[in-house]
Amino acid sequence: MSAKSLFEKVWDDHVVVPESADHPAVLYIDLHLTHEVTSPQAFSVLRERGLPLRRTDLTLATMDHSTPTLPVRSFRDLQVVAEPKAASQIVQFEKNCAEFNVTLHGFDSEHRGIVHVIGPELGATQPGKTIVCGDSHTSTHGAFGALAFGIGTTEVGHVMATQCLLQRRPKTFAVNFEGQLGDGVTAKDMILALIGQIGVGGGVGHVLEYRGSAIAGLDMEQRMTICNMSIEAGARAGMIAPDDTTIEYLAGRPMVPQGAAWDEAVARWRALPSDPGARFDREVTVDVSALRPMVTFGTNPGMVVAIDEAVPERSDPNFRKALDYMGVTAGRPLAGHPVDVVFIGSCTNSRLSDLEQAASVLRGRRVAEGVRMLVVPGSQQVKKAAEARGLDRVFTEAGAEWRESGCSMCLGMNGDTVPSGQLAVSTSNRNFEGRQGQGARTVLASPVTAAASAIAGSVADPRPYLAN
Amino acid sequence: MEPISVIRSRTVVLPYDDIDTDQIIPARYLTTTTREGLGDAAFADWRYDEKGQPRPDFELNQPEAQGCAVLVAGNNFGCGSSREHAPWALYDYGIRAVISTEIADIFRSNSLKNGLLPVVVDRDTHAWLLANPGAEVSIDLGECRVGLPNGHEVEFAIDGFSRYCLMNGIDQLGFLLQQEEQIRNFERNRPWQP
Ligand code: SF4
Repeated sequence: MSAKSLFEKVWDDHVVVPESADHPAVLYIDLHLTHEVTSPQAFSVLRERGLPLRRTDLTLATMDHSTPTLPVRSFRDLQVVAEPKAASQIVQFEKNCAEFNVTLHGFDSEHRGIVHVIGPELGATQPGKTIVCGDSHTSTHGAFGALAFGIGTTEVGHVMATQCLLQRRPKTFAVNFEGQLGDGVTAKDMILALIGQIGVGGGVGHVLEYRGSAIAGLDMEQRMTICNMSIEAGARAGMIAPDDTTIEYLAGRPMVPQGAAWDEAVARWRALPSDPGARFDREVTVDVSALRPMVTFGTNPGMVVAIDEAVPERSDPNFRKALDYMGVTAGRPLAGHPVDVVFIGSCTNSRLSDLEQAASVLRGRRVAEGVRMLVVPGSQQVKKAAEARGLDRVFTEAGAEWRESGCSMCLGMNGDTVPSGQLAVSTSNRNFEGRQGQGARTVLASPVTAAASAIAGSVADPRPYLAN
Repeated sequence: MEPISVIRSRTVVLPYDDIDTDQIIPARYLTTTTREGLGDAAFADWRYDEKGQPRPDFELNQPEAQGCAVLVAGNNFGCGSSREHAPWALYDYGIRAVISTEIADIFRSNSLKNGLLPVVVDRDTHAWLLANPGAEVSIDLGECRVGLPNGHEVEFAIDGFSRYCLMNGIDQLGFLLQQEEQIRNFERNRPWQP
């Protein structure tokens, strides 16, 4: 048998009907994650056609996108804190899940959270699975060696009805991260640097496999940060081969196999890494030793520089339009640019280690006068763990707001927004025009860079703030 | 879904690269629970100012852009969020085809399921289209060809299955439902269960 890549192994293992000249492959889906925003029209299709949801046991739901991050304990609270259409979307979602027997981690669940945070946390995300969700950042789950990708609402309906999708086989792209990260340089900086290098369309049509010594050295939370932003390079999925780190992370989680089944699963997972000699359609190598903290200066994640590097000057009108929108001057570094808002959260950087890193910078310091800082844990479990360690007090004593879990300011649809014209340093994944609110300006950065910027009141290099 | 065979229309040109789905429809419109009526939200933040007044310099607000069913966009159209609301909004607004040099994977897949035709053309054809807004083009799905008013014709690629579904106005769920027996066999015979 010829050498296979991780992607090829997972793909081949899920083909129900092979691709032909007449139709794409029918691909089986092992885990379907769903949330309130991209599912209502899919439930409607089931209802219109009189179809059941085929595998409720492989479906997991939570609410995160339009869900407020102020405390909600009852329907009355929801009506007070949420905008009426968001509230009715959430209520509709609860009804849909009840009607179709879907397990929902709603307001009463201690496992509610951002869909891409709770999947791994519960151990539902496992190596070798195919995982989909009506959300482009489903790529996050690829950190475990799953083939995980975002789908549209019509496809959400396909999976609900048949547990399958029609898919053309994507191409493969190996990304080798080699070397040792310097202090204050994180997984977020690695992925931003890659997107800067290959561009926001660089991965279109491909599944990325991240590998190399720098990936091996990352913990699972950092690996998730990297896979999360695969979509920002245009790739639908990013994968990392499972190893000891993966298996240690999963051991004992609520939804992993138990006893002998666990041993069998681990043996299966151990066989997933790409075989030596596996071929990829494309390959790039990034030397991470040379990386510095990265910040975006424009309106897509590919417009990125090192924090102390000058924003490039280019005459192309698209580039100029982006700089105008951001209010950023070419030829100067972004460090020192005034900041109005700092957001720590989103499925990219809202896990416990992200919050710990931000807290390590903020501990004993104060958020600069006039800066609003919002810290939003990725799930209620992350919130609980952070509070057990006193991180919430570090944030609130520094002058930041500490919230319930959810997507929050990552996208402006749950009441948390950046006002027009204001500039936010954000640990999320998209700096598109208006992403964080109409007219909002976004600088993407790591949790330590965001925390340092909150203290400085301007975009700041985190390295001087790090405890030795 | 209405069957498509040939789309003939003048073009409206948005000459910006990397137009993402947050521009096509901002997140605050995603609290809807239906597919209909999103045309007003299409490009909302580019079309209207914060007071809800049309921005006079935006391409879609020009008198000659009214009624155009073909949108020509800069490189790499439709990146970002997987929201199917993006093709729903464009379709409801009246767009039937989008032409670019590259179209993001999820947007492309969503469009094909909603009667919106994603058309990728070569750089020269694209440059000509960008330079000639309002050109009367004809997109023939049966022949997979775009015809320009200067007589030039270019082919575009589309997978046969999506083309068949679009030309016959049928959705893909029907095909998947017919695979039930294979799906059950797969579930029964696989070496491990998720
Ligand atoms: S945190 Fe942001 S990117 Fe992640 S799922 Fe929520 S809205 Fe999407």
